[in-house]
Amino acid sequence: MAQKVLAITEQINGVFRKVTYEAVSEGKRIADSLGTKLTVLVIGSEIEKTAEELCEYGADKILVADAPSLKEFLVDRYTQVAAGVIENEQPSVVIAGASSIGKDLMARLAARISAPLAMDCLDIKVDGDLIKAIRPMYGGKILAEVSLEGTPKMLGIRPNAMRIDKLSGEGVIEKCQANFEEGDLKSVDKSLETGMVELTEADIIVAGGRGMGGPDYSLLEELADLTGGAVGASRSAVDEGWRPQSDQIGQTGKTVSPNLYIACGISGAIQHLAGMSSSKVIVAINKDAEAPIFSKADYGIVGDLFDIVPAVIKEIRSVKE
Amino acid sequence: MEIIVLLKQVPATESLITVAGDGTSIKTDDLKWVINPYDEFAVEEALKIKKAHGGTVTILSAGSDKAVDAIRTALAMGADKGILINDPLVMDCDALGVARILSAAIQSNPFDLIIAGMRAVDDDNYQVAPAVAEFLKIPHISMVIKEDISDGKIICQRTVEGGTITVEAGFPVLFTTQRGLNEPRYASLPGIMKAKKKPLEKKSLADIGLSPAELGKPKITILSMSPPPERKAGKMIEGEDAVEMAKKLVKALKDEAKVL
Ligand SMILES: Cc1cc2nc3c(=O)[nH]c(=O)nc-3n(C[C@H](O)[C@H](O)[C@H](O)COP(=O)(O)OP(=O)(O)OC[C@H]3O[C@@H](n4cnc5c(N)ncnc54)[C@H](O)[C@@H]3O)c2cc1C
Ligand SMILES: Nc1ncnc2c1ncn2[C@@H]1O[C@H](COP(=O)(O)O)[C@@H](O)[C@H]1O
Repeated sequence: MAQKVLAITEQINGVFRKVTYEAVSEGKRIADSLGTKLTVLVIGSEIEKTAEELCEYGADKILVADAPSLKEFLVDRYTQVAAGVIENEQPSVVIAGASSIGKDLMARLAARISAPLAMDCLDIKVDGDLIKAIRPMYGGKILAEVSLEGTPKMLGIRPNAMRIDKLSGEGVIEKCQANFEEGDLKSVDKSLETGMVELTEADIIVAGGRGMGGPDYSLLEELADLTGGAVGASRSAVDEGWRPQSDQIGQTGKTVSPNLYIACGISGAIQHLAGMSSSKVIVAINKDAEAPIFSKADYGIVGDLFDIVPAVIKEIRSVKE
Repeated sequence: MEIIVLLKQVPATESLITVAGDGTSIKTDDLKWVINPYDEFAVEEALKIKKAHGGTVTILSAGSDKAVDAIRTALAMGADKGILINDPLVMDCDALGVARILSAAIQSNPFDLIIAGMRAVDDDNYQVAPAVAEFLKIPHISMVIKEDISDGKIICQRTVEGGTITVEAGFPVLFTTQRGLNEPRYASLPGIMKAKKKPLEKKSLADIGLSPAELGKPKITILSMSPPPERKAGKMIEGEDAVEMAKKLVKALKDEAKVL
């Protein structure tokens, strides 16, 4: 049986997402455990130069599906391209980042090829021919260990959960015949903020809740900028209209696992905790000593965030100098 | 516009979820069950589209008999009829299996539009809706926060990391909801009264013409479930004033936790 690992990458405007490096690295580790090779698929337009970069992450072969009409992500076209590559390559494992686009593509692809798919994997174990994955359910309130039966086994990995390794592979670049029909979907418009640290990929998150008292988050933005982090919010802050929906962290928002999560004026409701309790270190700043967030925090400060946060900013600045 | 909403009943998000004795499922005794929040957006959007473009809204769910409550709630919000696939085999399905069942049930109903949630907040698969679209051979658009229907086309704005992209499709089509799409209405008292008289059919796999062989075996098996590692309360940082506490915190984050 053809054993091979295929990693599907994701790039926007010629830049790979961080989770792509994580998927390629994890793909390489799985390939090593299976004693096989790693093929990487890059889809887009004029992306051959970009693709080369993946040689440094252990790719043995890099397939480039390059066409003007693959410039923007459209799930119908991308699914056809990926399904075609899977048909040719016959991988036993397919791995990709479980970003918004990755999830969309993996879900449609799994149905097309009738393959098992585990979404948002936090950890993957190879046990002989068996592949097991740990994935969150119930918004992170439960971790499930699942096994995948069927070929190829498809794994969507949770951003920020897996290590990136720089390694050399053989790194042969091949153009792949991207056979697809243009399909029913048309791309109309795109609006992306550039230079922003994406919440799910951030190492540090400074999050504000109802305790912020209003839409002025400049204090938290300053702290985030200073630490190279991103700003997040509780649902209350989003419901108040203080922050965009895309900032919401929690069971019905984003799930994040940064190295450092600083919760400012957030009480720690169960739905909020579900989205951030896998953070490595949690700091809570809240003026109510009884706030439930303190029972989950590694470091807690009882006090007014408008006093504490400026002092923390000042201290970090002085330590940095 | 014939609209089908895929709706799942899930434990309320405020629920404490604990692992059952078998180690592969959760304790369901004391749970409060609700419509999956993303599917509530789907119902709301379907009602809005119906108001603007006419047609009917059908709620389709696969689940146990208790999912009737969730369907009735959607009918009370204003949907026209409900279908529940309550075959015992439903409970053993993985995401692909559920999608096969839902698409088989849809096949015999004419439709223009299917609206589903981007994810069910219990299984968190993000998979059933695109799979239904695939099995029905129609396009899908995921994570929609805004849609506009005119001239036989739908234009949807969807979220991606760091922004949005806008995609156009013809009909029939399926889209999934993202938070921000709308604010679901509450069922009114007259709505609740009316809902009692609205048609709600229960069907088995045989009724929708799907044999167990066509359904196939699940490809994803849960081997075990566990709560995530328990987080304990850590250190409270004390001090005379904000400056002193900030100093202690930054020192701890740098030297002890090594995250700064
Ligand atoms: C279906 C459903 C889904 C939900 N999904 C989510 C979700 O995904 N994410 C989410 O976050 N919530 C979610 N919620 C909401 C959740 O239940 C809570 O209501 C919400 O998290 C509370 O937000 P908060 O902590 O900002 O506000 P509050 O609970 O009001 O807490 C504000 C905190 O700020 C403190 N404070 C006030 N002023 C100051 C100050 N000056 N300095 C320091 N501290 C101060 C207060 O002591 C208080 O602890 C959901 C709810 C439902 C029903
Ligand atoms: N058993 C079900 N019955 C009806 N719809 C479902 C069912 N399971 C999932 N769905 C739909 O598919 C969406 C995504 O679910 P999931 O892929 O499980 O995250 C949900 O928001 C529903 O719209």
